[in-house]
Amino acid sequence: MAMTFDQNANDDVADFLLEHEERITEDWLRAGFFAQHGGQEPEQARADCRAVLAAVADAARTGRAHDPAAPGFLQVRALLGDLVAMRTRHGESPSQTALELSRLKQPVLDLWTRHRRGDDDLTAHAVLLSTALDTLRLAVVETALSAGADIIAYQQQQLMELSTPVIKLWDNVLAVPLIGTLDSARSQVAMESLLQAIVDHQAAVAILDITGVPTIDTMVAQHLLKTAMAARLMGAECVISGIRPQIAQTMVQLGIELGEVNTQGTLADALAYALRRIGLLVARAENA
Amino acid sequence: MEARVVTIATELDIVRVRQTVRDIAVRGRFSLVEQTKLVTAASELARNALVHGGGGEVSVSAEPAGPGVRVRLVFVDHGPGIADLDQALTDGFTTGSGLGLGLGGARRLVDEFHIESTPGRGTTVTISSTSGGVVR
Amino acid sequence: MRPTGAVPVLTLGDVVLVSIQVELHDELALRLQQDLAERVAATGARGVVIDVSAIDIVDSFLAKVLHDISATAAMLASTAVVVGIRPAVAITLVELGLPLRGLRTAPSVDVAFTMLGVRQSAGSPASTVPPPAAEHPSSDVGRGRRENVGAHEQLPPSPRVREMG
Ligand SMILES: Nc1ncnc2c1ncn2[C@@H]1O[C@H](COP(=O)(O)OP(=O)(O)OP(=O)(O)O)[C@@H](O)[C@H]1O
Ligand SMILES: [Mg+2]
Repeated sequence: MAMTFDQNANDDVADFLLEHEERITEDWLRAGFFAQHGGQEPEQARADCRAVLAAVADAARTGRAHDPAAPGFLQVRALLGDLVAMRTRHGESPSQTALELSRLKQPVLDLWTRHRRGDDDLTAHAVLLSTALDTLRLAVVETALSAGADIIAYQQQQLMELSTPVIKLWDNVLAVPLIGTLDSARSQVAMESLLQAIVDHQAAVAILDITGVPTIDTMVAQHLLKTAMAARLMGAECVISGIRPQIAQTMVQLGIELGEVNTQGTLADALAYALRRIGLLVARAENA
Repeated sequence: MEARVVTIATELDIVRVRQTVRDIAVRGRFSLVEQTKLVTAASELARNALVHGGGGEVSVSAEPAGPGVRVRLVFVDHGPGIADLDQALTDGFTTGSGLGLGLGGARRLVDEFHIESTPGRGTTVTISSTSGGVVR
Repeated sequence: MRPTGAVPVLTLGDVVLVSIQVELHDELALRLQQDLAERVAATGARGVVIDVSAIDIVDSFLAKVLHDISATAAMLASTAVVVGIRPAVAITLVELGLPLRGLRTAPSVDVAFTMLGVRQSAGSPASTVPPPAAEHPSSDVGRGRRENVGAHEQLPPSPRVREMG
């Protein structure tokens, strides 16, 4: 391609990258970062390379070569995250990954120099190209960091789901016994898993048992109330059982009313109510 | 930050706004509940821009935020504006035939809500929510 | 879902059944509301079952339409039951401030038919457990329960006096 000076430097660099896609891909595959690990197909590694190259070109073209949050980089964020995660799974250390990443830059700069031999006015272009590749590295590092945060968030979520088991007590009757301190996040998770379970089990009655909950704040009480209202919208009834006297007292002091919610003394009371509600009779065997 | 702009001139545009927001929320890995809340808030504000503001537009953008993605929506119209914002935000207040829940409800459904209005000039409502609701 | 076309309304014996499978824009929702009222008046149906299980968002406009359908049905001596509201939609409605207290709801069309006292449609065997109406638990059980307010008082009042339904 004949370069002319009225062309914008951003476009020049972007075009250069895309035109030499084949060559750069070869170099990058040798650099390690994209190389296949385990199940990674060579064709896949090649496609990943091209996607990342396109992202760098896009960032350069839109004048965002310095910005790891540029749309181009954002688009490959998930891909970069997967690549980093894959390397981590194969026991590669972060510094090894960083080293491989730093190797992506030199071959591209070399290619540029060869390509532009004798053209001194293009220093700005080389700086731009170098910046874009450095930013790619930064984007990968940011992705890796947030992947760590993701894992922590995921584990917290898992823990919360574990601590809010949904139990099927009878056909069409579910219970969620909550144990321990309820914070806002946990009661939110409990609410969502209960409502999903109502769909999955076609439940008519869902019991939230809070016998094992020592205290409740306004936010949590609000969540319980909202759960009951949402369940009703889905065509099920939500019953709250096991409200301790202290909790009842606190709630009254806080001005929280559970007026619309069906409350039952104990889980057993709630089950008895639920069975009546779905049209079942419980009777002693000798009377039957 | 990449921004997509959707014009709000007809009822069908409200549906288009919802689809655009759903799209970006899905890509930002919003949970189903988070998506639904954001899309519903967007639907309310798009309808307000159309019905009360005489039409307008929304710009939709996403940026990384911690482990998740923050989606920001800016609704702009050049309609009559709102003289008393507190009143407009009060649940049940309406000058039309709605329920008067749009503004107050939208505010409850998102992480951040900001409204600016100049009577005679128009209204701008900015909302944003971030995915990964557990660790906010 | 594509925002086109009208929503087909079926009559099954005593019940008018509609399953919303398209993304409802406002005009379509209003048309449906009108179609349903006309069909109920024409057939004297005892029930209207609205299946919304395919709907992934209900904003205040559509919620008001559902409420108005239910209130209109009540005036025509019929009962509307909304079926299959998804969990995420239910949570959002509550957060929005629209718990739709007067609305009758059911988890499935079968249950809705049972609630209306109608035999299930052909091909769907009666469920072993007769599921009760969601909003009418027997009031003699349960401590501190309040009776549900009537269908016409459930929505927050607006400062303007207006007629609903
Ligand atoms: N973009 C806007 N331009 C001018 N006025 C507005 C705008 N948005 C809201 N308002 C005013 O604020 C009031 C309250 O708005 P809100 O969305 O809460 O209720 P609504 O639109 O009347 O009813 P709905 O519950 O159906 O949304 C409106 O009735 C209107 O007077
Ligand atoms: Mg509104």
